[in-house]
Amino acid sequence: MITEEQASQAVDEILSSHKKEKKNLIPLLQQVQASLGYLPKEGMQKIAGFLEMPEVEVWGVATFYNQFRFAPLGKHHTVACMGTACHLAGGKLILDALERELDIKVGQTTDDGNFSLERVACIGCCMLAPVIVMGDKIYPKMTPFKVEEALVPYKQEQQSEKG
Amino acid sequence: MLNMTYEEISNKAQTEWEALQKSNHVLIGTATCGRAAGALDVVDAFNKELARHSLEVPVVQVGCAGLCYADPFVTISKPDSLRVAYANITTENIRRLVEGYVVGDDPCLELALGTVEGGDGETIAIPELPRFDRELRLIMRHCGYIDPENINHYIANGGYSGLDRALRITPQEIIEELKKSGLRGRGGAGFSTYKKWDLCRKDRNTPKYVICNADEGDPGAFMDRVVLESDPHQVIEGMIIAGYTIGAEQGYIYVRAEYPLAIERIQTALKQAEELGLLGDNILGGDFGFHIDIAAGAGAFISGEETALIAAVEGRMSTPRPRPPYPAEIGLWNKPSLLNNVKTFAYVPLVIERGGDWFALIGTEASKGTAVFTLAGKVANSGLAEVPMGTTLRELIYDIGGGINKDRQFKAVQIGGPSGGCLPESLLDVPIDYDSLREAGSMMGSGGMIVMDDDNCMVDAARFFLDFSTKESCGLCTMCRLGTFQMLNILEDITAGRGKIEDIDVLLLLAEDVKMGSLCGLGKTAPNPVITTLRYFRDEYEAHILEKRCPARVCPELTVYYILPDKCDRACEHCVLTCPTEAIKGGKGEVKIIDQEKCSKCGTCLEVCPPEYNAVVKISPISLLPSSNLSEKRAKK
Repeated sequence: MITEEQASQAVDEILSSHKKEKKNLIPLLQQVQASLGYLPKEGMQKIAGFLEMPEVEVWGVATFYNQFRFAPLGKHHTVACMGTACHLAGGKLILDALERELDIKVGQTTDDGNFSLERVACIGCCMLAPVIVMGDKIYPKMTPFKVEEALVPYKQEQQSEKG
Repeated sequence: MLNMTYEEISNKAQTEWEALQKSNHVLIGTATCGRAAGALDVVDAFNKELARHSLEVPVVQVGCAGLCYADPFVTISKPDSLRVAYANITTENIRRLVEGYVVGDDPCLELALGTVEGGDGETIAIPELPRFDRELRLIMRHCGYIDPENINHYIANGGYSGLDRALRITPQEIIEELKKSGLRGRGGAGFSTYKKWDLCRKDRNTPKYVICNADEGDPGAFMDRVVLESDPHQVIEGMIIAGYTIGAEQGYIYVRAEYPLAIERIQTALKQAEELGLLGDNILGGDFGFHIDIAAGAGAFISGEETALIAAVEGRMSTPRPRPPYPAEIGLWNKPSLLNNVKTFAYVPLVIERGGDWFALIGTEASKGTAVFTLAGKVANSGLAEVPMGTTLRELIYDIGGGINKDRQFKAVQIGGPSGGCLPESLLDVPIDYDSLREAGSMMGSGGMIVMDDDNCMVDAARFFLDFSTKESCGLCTMCRLGTFQMLNILEDITAGRGKIEDIDVLLLLAEDVKMGSLCGLGKTAPNPVITTLRYFRDEYEAHILEKRCPARVCPELTVYYILPDKCDRACEHCVLTCPTEAIKGGKGEVKIIDQEKCSKCGTCLEVCPPEYNAVVKISPISLLPSSNLSEKRAKK
């Protein structure tokens, strides 16, 4: 975990490389999220101060777009594609399986901070439907059973860390 | 910046390209689709294997050739022999390929898809695949053949010669070429390109902007991603020509954040174009200067609407505003702005280079040129295809897409994403052009095509698209925000078996209201999937409502899983051991029974039941389930 101070420093650094132009709001939010993994309240307040705009406007933009998150992600962020091709190939069953196996709902992070789960509209790999993404790895042609299998190495890693 | 003429730039590129063509080399498709299938591992494995043989054979990472079903897709090119394409290559095949065809003369036919012909100005084709007889590749002509991160590959194949020509003629002459070509916008609405450009050119207000709309948000559509990842320079060249024509000095490419590789490849392309003096101040040594920046989207479907896109580039919430005035007059920062789709810009260099008359020979009377479609869903060969306008849906799905998977039956094709419609088998001979598709109740859209078979429920499909539109509605217009929500509620009731027959009329009424009461394309088209499924598949709605039956056995509330006692091989325990909710009872030597109370309807039992037994079936309506199955009773062998 990064400390509040480190987070604040990271935001300052990002701000220092940008001009005070309103068009930079979304790029600033994107860079803060890329650096910290989510948008902390203080970070958004700093951006508002920097661009000299009301905080509520920054909050409005940040909550409008799907990309922005307001809580840290799990160590293994899991994305279930809910695009058309994935849906037709049983994407809902895959999402159900992920929720069941990870014991969290979409948008949540496990208590131990190991997994988080998100759904996206389409990642553009329709020929491999249904797909899930864990970290950078894309898992093609999933079935509920293959979800269980895919999670085994991650869960084992978690076990061995505990033990 | 180097101060070179186009001829000098082109000669240098030619030299590099020819050197590559004269040597043995390997092409591997590493667009996002290839990567998902493991192409980067294949690249590594090739490099290692070649190094093991101390061979200096270049492994070139190229884009997507459109044959996504064949990913990872590898081509081995030998100047003195056939160029062979290989499908679905894994790291395990590399040794065989290197020893067989790179070192030896065995073309490894068991792994080959076909030979690759063309190149050097001609479109690449694999003559063994009948689809190439139907396809006409214009903007996909280099895809999967050139290195998108090497500008010289593009230039050596004629790239930037359109820009060179454009800068030698007047903006008025460019507009004339576009007018002759009959090119219409490829974003979906099909507005005449020359009219838009001319409107912007004539506006006296300055500065002006050129904006490329790469916010490809339709789920199931990825043409723009493939074009940007495989051949980004043609889009950049088209934008520079646009800047010169309308008198703009600044361009923006608005790309959705979900396409990180496309963003990376555009960045590389922009940098390389600047280094060669094809972009920046004093392009090709002349007075004209043009700059392009990337604006990365933040994930909002509505941003694909042009006025909403402008709001996003300005750093605001992406909500549309009424038109007119159109962005061509009042656009980015209230200045005249030329907004076109990725593919529209990609056609421009070709039109300038080969002439508007040439372009106008392709396609139909009112829709000129080609159409790029993604084929996905229940089609055998999913991927991309580029066909002349006027090709029928049947030709696209059967001749190019290879028809329906396995032994299933075609049911519908959904075109144009959440804004489009589902067309049935009887409309498969409709030609693909703007007007014919609109008449059929669908739309060209940006070109996503999803094929559905008899395993897909049309009510569920309509519910899916409406769910998407409801989530992505920006909330500005009441009818779009609340009307779609009410429609979704009704569809959810129907799929859950709570529907009433009057609901169908209410749906149609609401559909009209949502269309009328919405400002932008999202709301105006959101009811289309419901309207078309009701028009062509009304019987499925009625089955859900009147019989509580889902004909495709998809809707979970109307479907149950059942193990056929006479087919269940009593000694096998696959289903019992894999059921995630422990809903299947019966030890070894007993017929398995699903406890419907516990069953989560995940389908695992159906998936794992050995094919020689095939004992698990889905039943709808639920009332058909044998009553014995509802109790705890066990059938002893």
